[in-house]
Amino acid sequence: MKKLLVYLKDYIKESILGPLFKLLEASFELLVPIVIKSIVDIGIGQADKGYIVKMCLLLVLLGVVGMVCSVTAQYFAAKASVGFVTKLRRALFKHIGQLSYTEIDTLGTSSMITRMTSDMNQVQTGMNLTLRLLLRSPFIVFGAMIMAFTVDANAALTFVVAIPALSVVVFTIMLLSIPLYKKVQHRLDRVLNSTRENLTGVRVIRAFRLEEKEITEFDRRNEELTATQKFVGRISALMNPLTYVIINLAIIWLIHIGAIRVSAGLLTQGAVLALYNYMSQILVELIKFANLIISITKAVASGNRISAVLDVKSSLEEKETTPQNSQAEYAVEFRHVGLQYKNAAGEALTNINFSVRPGEVVGIIGGTGSGKSSLVNMIPRFYDATSGEVIVDGTNVKDYPLITLRDKIGIVPQKAVLFKGSIRENMRWGNKDATDEEIMDAINMAQGGEIVVQKKEGLDFIIEQGGKNLSGGQRQRFTIARALVKKPEILILDDSASALDFATDAALRKALREMPGNPTLFIVSQRTSSIQFADKIVVLDDGEIVGIGKHDELLETCEVYREIYDSQFKKEGK
Amino acid sequence: MKKEKSQIDTLRKVLKYIKEYRTLLTISIVLAASTVALTLYVPILIGNAIDCIIGPDNVNFKAVAQILVRIAFTVGITAIFEWLMYTINNNITYQVVRDIRKKAFRKIEILPLSYIDAHSHGEIVSRIIADVDQFAEGLLIGFTQLFTGIVTIIGTLIFMLTINVKITFIVVILTPLSLFVANFIAKRTYSMFKLQSETRGEQTSLIEEMIGNAKVVQAFSYQEEALKKFDEINERLEKCSLRAVFFSSLTNPLTRFINSLVYASVALAGAIAIIGGDVGSTMTVGGLSIFLSYANQYAKPFNEISGVITEMQNAFACAARVFELIEEQPQIPDAENAIVLEKASGNILFENVAFSYVSERPLIRNLNLKVKPGQRVAIVGPTGSGKTTVINLLMRFYDVNSGSIEVEGIDIRNITRNSLRENYGMVLQDTWMKSGTIRENITMGKPEASEEEIIAAAKAAHAHSFIKRLENGYDTVISEEGGTLSQGQKQLLSIARVMLCLPPMLILDEATSSIDTRTEIKIQEAFARLMQGRTSFIVAHRLSTIREADIILVMKDGDIIEQGTHDELLSLKGFYANLYNSQFVQ
Repeated sequence: MKKLLVYLKDYIKESILGPLFKLLEASFELLVPIVIKSIVDIGIGQADKGYIVKMCLLLVLLGVVGMVCSVTAQYFAAKASVGFVTKLRRALFKHIGQLSYTEIDTLGTSSMITRMTSDMNQVQTGMNLTLRLLLRSPFIVFGAMIMAFTVDANAALTFVVAIPALSVVVFTIMLLSIPLYKKVQHRLDRVLNSTRENLTGVRVIRAFRLEEKEITEFDRRNEELTATQKFVGRISALMNPLTYVIINLAIIWLIHIGAIRVSAGLLTQGAVLALYNYMSQILVELIKFANLIISITKAVASGNRISAVLDVKSSLEEKETTPQNSQAEYAVEFRHVGLQYKNAAGEALTNINFSVRPGEVVGIIGGTGSGKSSLVNMIPRFYDATSGEVIVDGTNVKDYPLITLRDKIGIVPQKAVLFKGSIRENMRWGNKDATDEEIMDAINMAQGGEIVVQKKEGLDFIIEQGGKNLSGGQRQRFTIARALVKKPEILILDDSASALDFATDAALRKALREMPGNPTLFIVSQRTSSIQFADKIVVLDDGEIVGIGKHDELLETCEVYREIYDSQFKKEGK
Repeated sequence: MKKEKSQIDTLRKVLKYIKEYRTLLTISIVLAASTVALTLYVPILIGNAIDCIIGPDNVNFKAVAQILVRIAFTVGITAIFEWLMYTINNNITYQVVRDIRKKAFRKIEILPLSYIDAHSHGEIVSRIIADVDQFAEGLLIGFTQLFTGIVTIIGTLIFMLTINVKITFIVVILTPLSLFVANFIAKRTYSMFKLQSETRGEQTSLIEEMIGNAKVVQAFSYQEEALKKFDEINERLEKCSLRAVFFSSLTNPLTRFINSLVYASVALAGAIAIIGGDVGSTMTVGGLSIFLSYANQYAKPFNEISGVITEMQNAFACAARVFELIEEQPQIPDAENAIVLEKASGNILFENVAFSYVSERPLIRNLNLKVKPGQRVAIVGPTGSGKTTVINLLMRFYDVNSGSIEVEGIDIRNITRNSLRENYGMVLQDTWMKSGTIRENITMGKPEASEEEIIAAAKAAHAHSFIKRLENGYDTVISEEGGTLSQGQKQLLSIARVMLCLPPMLILDEATSSIDTRTEIKIQEAFARLMQGRTSFIVAHRLSTIREADIILVMKDGDIIEQGTHDELLSLKGFYANLYNSQFVQ
């Protein structure tokens, strides 16, 4: 959390002035009982009407000045907290853009979104409250005590006892109930789980006639939740009565001492009234303070979560300079490459060895979880090899600046993701300056020309968030086109034609073959039909290469390939 | 008017739930009233005590001591009453919440599938969890703050009137001003808040896109462009947030100023009354202290009331949503004289069955089908053609609109749902796992199964070997989504589930595209073993299954367009023949 305060740097003035004005306001509030004392002792004592009116006008004046101070404080606090979070949000957004796939996997996108949204809001509220109120309540509590001392030191000793006693009660109850509230949350989660499962699994639950059992289970969880809630309720219900008792005992004691000292002529009636008023002020402020601490604790927890993301460093080390590369023999080479994901038990890829000449078409095939995607993800350096090296154009991928490396490569990911905006805007992800003509060329090559033609807005057709207003096949064709707009040297299709029908798939492959610039092409697929005409097929099984060659050779030599092929063709065609 | 009526309606329903706790509620109300009265009595006692302390050698010690004892006593009782009141209110609230949740959950178990399929699950869950919680909070605040607030206002009024009518008048007139001020600000800031939340929404949606798809953003080195878009929204958000936060925070200083105005007026009027401006006034310094403390007490409910009312309104809206779910029409209950189906032999008859999910779009128009024990029925057709509809009808997840389905010659609507479903083993494409251990998931249909039976079933489903390799074997805990298990493994588990019960009839939804072909072969074998000698319905994707079926139903756009054996259908040279040939060519 502390580290985040750097972002408050531009708001130092506001963060100091905010609390300062709040303290000023509190000081005026502390003067009120003294004024009342004067009214009683002097105004009433001497029956001086003019004095009373004067003092009451002073009260109003104190109110006005207090309000002006308070409004000023609110303004500075709002400015500092909103500005702080605006800066922090930008920093986090930028930071996330620099993380590598490994960090994105570990952090999880949904939790990063929470950090950016609800945690940020929580921090803003917390910061605002802190600037306004954190100093105010203790200031009033101790201020009231000091003022009491100026009234009468002897009676004021009551404050010295009452304040710690009240603090102990308030903070003990708070500290006791915080972990209990967590427990309530946990139990509530279990109730929620039961409910959700009974909706998502409704068919299985009814098919296996588990309704009664589920009801019993739900009732048990529900009762557990209620029991915990009641328990917490009983404890936090102690707060008001206990503090009430303490404060009134203190008042009783004050009046007792007051009576003795007034009788002895050491104190006035108005002074007793002032002491009583100061005592009343303390209670309100302490309870406010306790609630404030709860809100701030929440905000600090959010702040720490944000800070934790900011602390994550990208595991990719980047080179600054572009390497000079001469014409290399191979476009892509894998040399004894191994890959182990962070926190994984074993390697996802083991000892991968193969090389690809410029312009070749490479098919990569294997079962689910055999490491196909992992393999192609290493070419644009989304993941770093844990052993061995990946070489592009004769240079280790680690020796490129990331931008230079990724500029060479067009990738079509498995999940067809498009963004809110026109088709044109989406296509320009590949190349900021692409002309409409270049864009249409790419779309046509990806077999998506007719989709654009059908839309009356053409390239201006607005795609909704997540591409919801397009079908799966349409999205896939656009994501392929987006990579083609880049005119990459290396093009990777990561199982990205699965939603296309057979004819479109075939036409797409034909178009890719005839692409200008003759890029090196990687096709990842589960279907042998998609890759059987490749110059080179790499067969993966459980993270290892079990065969490399052309279709016909592999049918002869590679058992896994044959099994895959058979499972898709022979048996059914027999 | 309509809104009010529905709110009254909701209130009536809420009261019905509370009715059960009416004794507690009555006690709570009595306690609340006494607490407030006692709390208000204490300042009077203190004022009296101060009146006994007038000046040097002018202190009535005996009276002071008496009053102080009375204060201690009153405070003690107040504290106990208050704690009891809070505890009782908590208990009522949480028990009402528990009752509502209980009822809602029981409703879920008997809701027709059509409701569950048509509504977002997240939304239903949020009704039972978030809405009920919100309602509880509102109810609690309503109990404690609203009620005590009203009693406080009335109480202070009465006490103040007994002391001094004129000063009371000042307090009564001036205090509600704070309410107007708060209202005024709330109205003015509404549009600012709306703009803030709209801008926030815009930003969240950009964040979801760019961070949710961080990998694509990186693959295209799009970070800088994304940041530019983000900055633009972020700067706008800063401006409108500042306005909303600042202007809304004006409420507090302004209401406080009004309170201090009241305070000053009371001090003025009180002090002047004491020095004898009024005829017949009995105002004292103690009386002034009472008034000053009452002025604060009286203002408090007014300062809080707008918050309380919003909270309550919100609570009622939430309650209405929950009640809507609870009052939803349940599925038609089993007939009173419904037959308990013993072990079926597998005779199934569809007679003139018509069915549609939405009445405007008829789906199945006139389906006739006779299945003999041990026969295999394959259902084929393109995605979205309604193959699962047949499963829904067989399991009685949905009821036919007209015609009938008979098992062993009995209309399934005359059979208890439980016994009907017990006779089917079902493996769906959507392999749902319950969060719990693997063992619990396999024994769903037969909780009393022995260890040997479980292992035998898992072996038969080709699941034993991967389960054994898991960290805790059969006791490995999996989450609802199946956690680390792959789609194929989950499917094997749901096959093991059915293997364990071995019911006389089967419903299988075949493998999916997400499973690689080698695993698929294993699943295929497991299926084949299951089907031996059992009447089975298979949503089939593989030609081998289809060809070996005794009856093939060809579905298209929700209709059964062809029906027969493989050879019969081929010779028809219709849709099926086309489908078959295109797959073969590939």
